[in-house]
Parts: sequence; C-alpha cells; structure tokens
Amino acid sequence: MDDLYRELIIEHYKNPLFRGHLDPNDIHFEDDNPLCGDHIEITLRVDKDDRITEAAFEGHGCAISQASADLLVESIQGKTLDEVKQLDKQVVLDLLGIDLGPVRLKCALLSLKVLKAGVYGLGEASDELVEN
Amino acid sequence: MTASLRSTTLDVRKIRADFPILNREVRPGVPLVYLDSTATSQKPQVVIEAMDTFYRRHNANIHRGVHVLAEEATAMYEAARGQVAKLINAPSAKQVVFTRNTTESINLVAYTWARANLRPGDLIVLTEMEHHSNLVPWQILASERDLRLEFIPVSENGLLELDAYKQLLEKEPKLVAFTQMSNVLGTINPAREIIKLAHEAGALTLLDGAQSVPHIPVDVQALDVDFLGFSAHKMLGPTGIGALYGKLDLLDKMPPFMGGGEMIKTVKLRTFSSNELPHKFEAGTPAIAEAVGFGVAVEYLMDIGLETVAAHEQEVIEYALDRLVEIPGVRVFGPESKHKGGVASFTLEGVHPHDVAQILDRDGIAVRAGHHCAQPLHEKFGIPATTRASFYLYNMKAEVDKLVEGIYKVKEIFN
Repeated sequence: MDDLYRELIIEHYKNPLFRGHLDPNDIHFEDDNPLCGDHIEITLRVDKDDRITEAAFEGHGCAISQASADLLVESIQGKTLDEVKQLDKQVVLDLLGIDLGPVRLKCALLSLKVLKAGVYGLGEASDELVEN
Repeated sequence: MTASLRSTTLDVRKIRADFPILNREVRPGVPLVYLDSTATSQKPQVVIEAMDTFYRRHNANIHRGVHVLAEEATAMYEAARGQVAKLINAPSAKQVVFTRNTTESINLVAYTWARANLRPGDLIVLTEMEHHSNLVPWQILASERDLRLEFIPVSENGLLELDAYKQLLEKEPKLVAFTQMSNVLGTINPAREIIKLAHEAGALTLLDGAQSVPHIPVDVQALDVDFLGFSAHKMLGPTGIGALYGKLDLLDKMPPFMGGGEMIKTVKLRTFSSNELPHKFEAGTPAIAEAVGFGVAVEYLMDIGLETVAAHEQEVIEYALDRLVEIPGVRVFGPESKHKGGVASFTLEGVHPHDVAQILDRDGIAVRAGHHCAQPLHEKFGIPATTRASFYLYNMKAEVDKLVEGIYKVKEIFN
C-alpha cells in the first residue's frame, strides 16, 4: 500500500524533469480528468522520420497524475510515433511500479491518454485509447 | 417545543453504538474514522431494521390494493410522510412530495412551476456557492426559455454578500434559489432574511436543504419558504428517497412532473386528470421501503433533537478548525465556526487533495477530495479542489485528532 507514495513517485512529482511547454511544436494535446480536476498538456517535436526528438508536459493534479506524466514523457524520447501508438496501460503501471484501484488508475493514465490522442491527431481524447 | 427539557449534550458513545458500520475495521486493526457525512451519512440499526422488516413482513405495492399487506404498506408509507412533515413543521403532510433526492426535488420545481410561470427574459437569482444540483437545472431551463441567471456573490470569508443581493432584487427576479448550508464552506446562510427580502421584491424562494435539514432545525413556516428540497441519505436514511416541500397554493396550481400511474385521477385514451396532492407528483411505484426507512431516520433524529445535533457539531467543528489552522500549510475555507455547520474544506500546500485523501485512507480516515459538485465556487477561490472533512452526530473530537495526525503524516511523505 505504501508503494503508492514510493520515493520515485514523490520525487517525480516534486522535481519533474520534463515539465515545460515546447513552442513551436509538432504535436500538442491537453485534457482533464474531470473526476479530480487533474490537467495534462503534452507537446512534442518530431523529426522527418516521425521520431520524437523532444517531449514536455505541463499540468496540475495529484502526485500520481503528475509523476506518471513525467515518467511517460521521459520514456518516449527518441521513440517513433508508431511505437507510441502501441503503448498501453501496463507501460504506465510498470513505469510507476505500482498497482492502482479504478479511481486512481484514471489519474495515472491521463498522460498516456493525452499523448496518444495527440499522436493519433484526434479531436478528443477517449478512454478507449488506454483501456487495454 | 420540548427542546429546553432535553439534554443539550450528546452521549456520542451511546449514539455510536447505534451505527453498526462504525464498528468495522477498514483493514485489519484499522478502525473506520468516517468524516464524509456531507456526501452521505451512515445509518443507524433502527433504520436498517425498519427496511428489513418491511420486506420481511409488509411488502406490497401501495395505495390501490385492498389486501392486508397493501394496507399495511400504504399506512407505513404515509406515516413516513407524516413524520417528514413534522420534522420541517409543514402545515400538512400533503405538502411533502417524495422524490428521489434533493436534485430531483429541485428539478421538479424547475420542470413544473418554472416552466408554467417563467417567461423569456425573467430572472432567477442563485448564489455562487450552489451545488451543481441547484445550478444545472436552472442553466438548462434558462437556455431553453431564454431566462436570465444572476448570482449572489460569496465573500472571501465564505459568506453571501447581502448588499449585492439587495441590488439584484431591484432587477425583480421571479425566483431566488439558494442553499441553506454550503456543502463546501459549511456556511449557514441567513435563510429567513434572504427569503423575506425576496418576498418583498415579489420573488418566490427555493431552499436547497440537502445539508441543513440533516443538521439544524428547519421550520418551513418560520422561514416562510416556498419550496424546500432535501435527501434522506444525508440524514441517516437510505439512498433513493428525498422530499420536496411546497406551499399549498403553489403545489396545487403546478402541472404534474412525470406522467404515469399513481399521479392520475382518471385516464382516457387521449387525456388524463391529475391526482390530488401529493400523489400528483409521485408517478409510478415509489421507493416504499426507503420511505419507511426515511421516516424512522427522521424519528431517530427528532428523538435526539436537531438542536442537540447542531450543538454537538458546533463543538466538533470549532475544535476541528482550531486544530487544522495550527498545521503549517493548511488553508481552511469558509467562515468562522459560528457561521457554519460541521464542514471543514481545506488545502495543504504542495499536496493535491486526492493525495491527502489517499494517505488519510491508510489510517482508515474517510474524507472526500475534489470539487464536491461545486466547481464554480472552487474557481472563485482559485483552487481546483479541496479535501473535505465533515462531521455528524456520531463524530468525536478524538477523530479530529486522528485527522490532524494523518495530515502531519501526509506532510512527512511529501517533504
């Protein structure tokens, strides 16, 4: 149970490495978790081979949502957009290293939802993007 | 009133023994510290048993049956209505309509009285501290009927600004709809004064009693309020049932709400005539067992006395506010304790309310985190969410101590 607030999560929450807004950017998306009021914005720069050269996030919310955004953004540096499309919820849980109940899972997966909606170029983020 | 004869101090240990859930451990060795009664209250054994007995011995559909069970069920359902009427000092039980909850009570008024009486351009006055349930029904109606909405502002210390209200009244609103007690700030609004001023300006009034009716004495005749809505589940009763009180002449003239069985007198293929009050507004089979439970919950509260309940909560909230403000980084919202009920919403610097709530949960402390269905109010204070601890007749100061200890643990984890 104490894992939920393990040092890694608190550290990424308090001192995120990839907090910021890229301007100009190639991909930009943002969304809220209406349940908690968590907000995540992700901006990406990609090269001509659709490889991510830079990624950053902005937002506010609980430790789980913000730490998972920082860890996720860190993990996608250098990945191609096709690789990002393959990411699923297990990837985020592995990054956090914890199991989560249904309510907090939404906090943890907000950043992945935002990322994939942006990469797919969707108008609106949907839970289906992160359900598997 | 027999209030003066009653003891004004509550034997909390005795009360707690009436609530089976308060004995449970949320995890082995971790007792429940339930500080979330503003969301829903716990239920005493007598309420649980009354509904159980209803299903074991009396269950039948009400009103038209002539068999013994139907007569018993009808009598129990109507007795519950009588009990609820007594609680709020309604002149007659037929002025108490059973609904699903406060939300449905407010929607009922919006869909019937307001649709029949409001014209494009008419003004409804609300407040900035409303729960979404006393906001969204009026927004829907306003966009449909081209009505105007204005809001009584909330001051920095969580009180309604009555001077601004008086100015709004000069615009001649048709309805003033407001909460008697804020579910976030705990503020108890001066309902009598607000209603009196509204009437002088020619407006009707609707009171959201979801938080007030469970916690303080509410007398509809003394308030002279036109409509009052409240929910059973926040006052020791079951979910799925609430009530709407209305003045007789208003209810009489209002068109029905939902159509169906029970709300009719006669039905032909193309027409119907409405049943009498309160059945006109109770289409379909209602929540009968829940009504019975509601009645018993009201009886339980009246036996203790709402004055006594309020006095106890006053004592607990005063203590809670004193303890909370001691904690560095804690900011409590709402007025000082003399203007509020047992609600303490706060933020802790550097920690999101969800994390606060989650860490408190480890010690069995149940609080709520979020915007508590009052998003505009949180926006006003410039915060996305708060952590809310709320108190009822079964809460003890020792539980406030546990909350405070828990908050210190949160600080430790995040430092």
